[in-house]
Amino acid sequence: VQTYKLMVNGETREVTVDPGTPLLWVLREDLKMTGTKYGCGISACGACTVHLGGVATRSCVVPVSLIGDRPIVTIEAIGQDRVGRAVQDAWVAEDVVQCGYCQSGQIMSAVALLKSRQKPTDADIEESMGGNICRCGTYVRIRKAIKAASQQLA
Amino acid sequence: MKEKTMFTTPRFASESGLSRRSFLRVSATAAGGLMVSLYLDWRLPAETPPAKIYPPDAFVHIQRDGTIVIQVNRLEFGQGVQTSLPMLLADEMDADWKQVEAELAPAADVYKDPLFGIQMVGGSGSIAHSFQQYRELGARVRAMLLAAAAQQWQVPTSQCRTEASVVYGPGGRSARYAELADSAARLPVPENVPLKNAPQFKLIGKGTRRLDGRPKCDGSLKFGLDLDLPGMKVALVAHPPLFGASPKSVDDRAARSIPGVMDAFEIPTVKGGTAVVVVADKFWTAKQARDRLAIDWNFSGVEPADTAQLRAKYRDLARTPGSVALTRGDLSMLDTITAANRIDAEYEFPYLAHTPMEPLNTTVRFDGDRAEVWAGSQFQTVDQIAIAETLGLKPEQVIFHTEMAGGGFGRRATPDSHVQREAAATAKHCKGIPVKLIWTREDDVQGGYYRPMHAHRIEIGIGGDGMPVAWRHVIVGQSILAGTPFAAILVKNGVDETAVEGVVDTAYVIPNFSVSAHHPTVNVPVLWWRSVGHTHTAFVMETLVDELATRAGTDFIVYRQKLLKPDAKKLRGVIDLVDQKSSPWRNHLPEGHASGVAFHESFGTTVGCAVDVSIENKRPKIHRVTVALDCGTAVNPLTVESQFQAGVSFGVSQLMAKGAITFANGRAQQNNFDGYTPPYIIDAPVAVDVHIVPSTEKPSGCGEPSVPVISPAVVNALFQLTGKRYRSLPLLSL
Repeated sequence: VQTYKLMVNGETREVTVDPGTPLLWVLREDLKMTGTKYGCGISACGACTVHLGGVATRSCVVPVSLIGDRPIVTIEAIGQDRVGRAVQDAWVAEDVVQCGYCQSGQIMSAVALLKSRQKPTDADIEESMGGNICRCGTYVRIRKAIKAASQQLA
Repeated sequence: MKEKTMFTTPRFASESGLSRRSFLRVSATAAGGLMVSLYLDWRLPAETPPAKIYPPDAFVHIQRDGTIVIQVNRLEFGQGVQTSLPMLLADEMDADWKQVEAELAPAADVYKDPLFGIQMVGGSGSIAHSFQQYRELGARVRAMLLAAAAQQWQVPTSQCRTEASVVYGPGGRSARYAELADSAARLPVPENVPLKNAPQFKLIGKGTRRLDGRPKCDGSLKFGLDLDLPGMKVALVAHPPLFGASPKSVDDRAARSIPGVMDAFEIPTVKGGTAVVVVADKFWTAKQARDRLAIDWNFSGVEPADTAQLRAKYRDLARTPGSVALTRGDLSMLDTITAANRIDAEYEFPYLAHTPMEPLNTTVRFDGDRAEVWAGSQFQTVDQIAIAETLGLKPEQVIFHTEMAGGGFGRRATPDSHVQREAAATAKHCKGIPVKLIWTREDDVQGGYYRPMHAHRIEIGIGGDGMPVAWRHVIVGQSILAGTPFAAILVKNGVDETAVEGVVDTAYVIPNFSVSAHHPTVNVPVLWWRSVGHTHTAFVMETLVDELATRAGTDFIVYRQKLLKPDAKKLRGVIDLVDQKSSPWRNHLPEGHASGVAFHESFGTTVGCAVDVSIENKRPKIHRVTVALDCGTAVNPLTVESQFQAGVSFGVSQLMAKGAITFANGRAQQNNFDGYTPPYIIDAPVAVDVHIVPSTEKPSGCGEPSVPVISPAVVNALFQLTGKRYRSLPLLSL
């Protein structure tokens, strides 16, 4: 095991873990931040999406040893960000969620999209959200909520 | 209207209904004791359940600050009951909706489904079965609050009225529910209470946002997998690669050498084999340790499933008559019809995994004379009994907390409680320590309990008017219900009703009609998958009717209207509504696009859809879906819309190129989302407009009926583009 200093949601957190431990499990089990979800462990579903150095990243395949000083933002803090708050509000207003398990990851991907493209097209949405599975199938409302958030932010 | 549920026609099970064979079979499994006790314990639904007065205090708590906490007697896993059941109660109670909070109730007799007699979610029955129950509860609470106020003010109740959590009396008097709660709770529970008429509803029928919306968007909502208890350990299981196998030898030295690993030991599996469980401080430790177990498995006597062999076997079986599910008229006339006027069709459907997004998990702490359990379960009663049995306790010694679940689609309703039994067996070994047992995604995809693989063979004779005159239908697939307590009620004459539902009860006029079924035994555990038999039967029926319409040279909607039984009003209504809402776009499709339709009734709800499809990258691109449905009273139209919008996307699972579980040498060839792929956003419909037939009839199901219609509608559209009929799923490269 080794000790790492991580910058999580603006705070420095120290964890002592196996260097191969994926960031996902460090967040969930060592830092007790369970908003980031485990869905597949192979970066195929997007439920574990966080922002690492400002980039939407699948935390289930990033070992803690490779993070370095890149800041980590998770679903727990994304609401403190203007775009993050707008996306969460749009999600609630459009009543997007069903089981809700994938939605932390969906929202983190959507925020990353809207930070890079203020007015995303359907093709942009399909590309940026293309790796996030919603098993309930809430995709129609996800599209609507992204567009609503985009309008609200304009 | 006859109610179609997962349990098809509810009725009492007769003692003789439990055949000796099924009794012996279930007894031979590890689950034997459970199955028998369950059978005896169940009072499976009479047509009209006996009137029961549910104690309001088990369902409603009015707190001093005005908050009204309503207990939800079912699992919430996306379907929205955590909002819509409280809506029913709050409406009749005249509660201020802003004050309403909902909690998932623990396992207890009082929370059993009024019709099914066990605490469960299934058969799209939550609202249908609890509509009256929750409304009466609300009306009783309101009557008690009203009586308490009237007593306090010394006025007749007739001079008092209620609105938004306040009782108003003569002379401008008013009292908040929170102020009256204590005295109201001491009053007798009234037996007969008037219920509102539809025009008086304030919440029922009004689109209402989910109570769990915000906490599911900010990461604060805790699912079962998020549970964290002091001293808790995590357990992962190394399951036998073939169902029912056991280890010859286990070398766990490397696993145990990892810091944080607490123990590794063998536990029984419900399929008669043995698994090895690893208990550690954290998930990642447990996973590393499990990967380092060196297990030599003994496969002798274990039948290895093989998809290629099963396909051949099923195809052969489908060409022979099976156990009779339905026979009407004279089928011999089929042989007199010439080939030019016949359709002979063979269909194939693969095993499908449910893959709910939250991997399966259960936490158990065993304290010797009692246990505590945390699980996102569709079957609380069944799972509680199974855990009690595994631990040598009585069910009432097992406190069972219902945890919010990340999807389920049937996967959390297992008659053999296999995950809960593993968790209990593990906890028994780790007395006093809470253990969270987790199935990884790989465990889930490879772990069985799939929608069964099926083959259908259909021979249709077409009359001079282009309508079917004779129809012989053979269905082959494992019985979902065989070996479960449900078999006594729902397997009749060797036919599992869940395999033939959607065919035997078709709303189309078929004068000479026979349906039969074969249920081979295969060493692959199977389970109901959202909409159960309708997943395959609706596909077969709606693609064949489309083919008949094409042959007849008749518009596919007009043909169906003509073929429909005169009394199928509820289905006719949605056909007309789909026609009306989709014809503006269906008649102006861009070049390279085509439309297709499908209609089906399941769980008491009729559904139809029209799709706008083109082909992109050799895949169907679904640009638009227009859905119409009749579910009786739509309690929360926003949820109904949501269920149907998203449910058609779920239904696209069946069309995915990697939408099949296949077997070679007894092992599933897929083990995660890379091999078994549910729809991503690119695969799902871009837009779905949902139209609800206005109704004040009693509500019917909304969780499952959306699923069956989408895949036949899409392949019907694809036929327009490619001229090919698609009779085998998954849909490979176009």
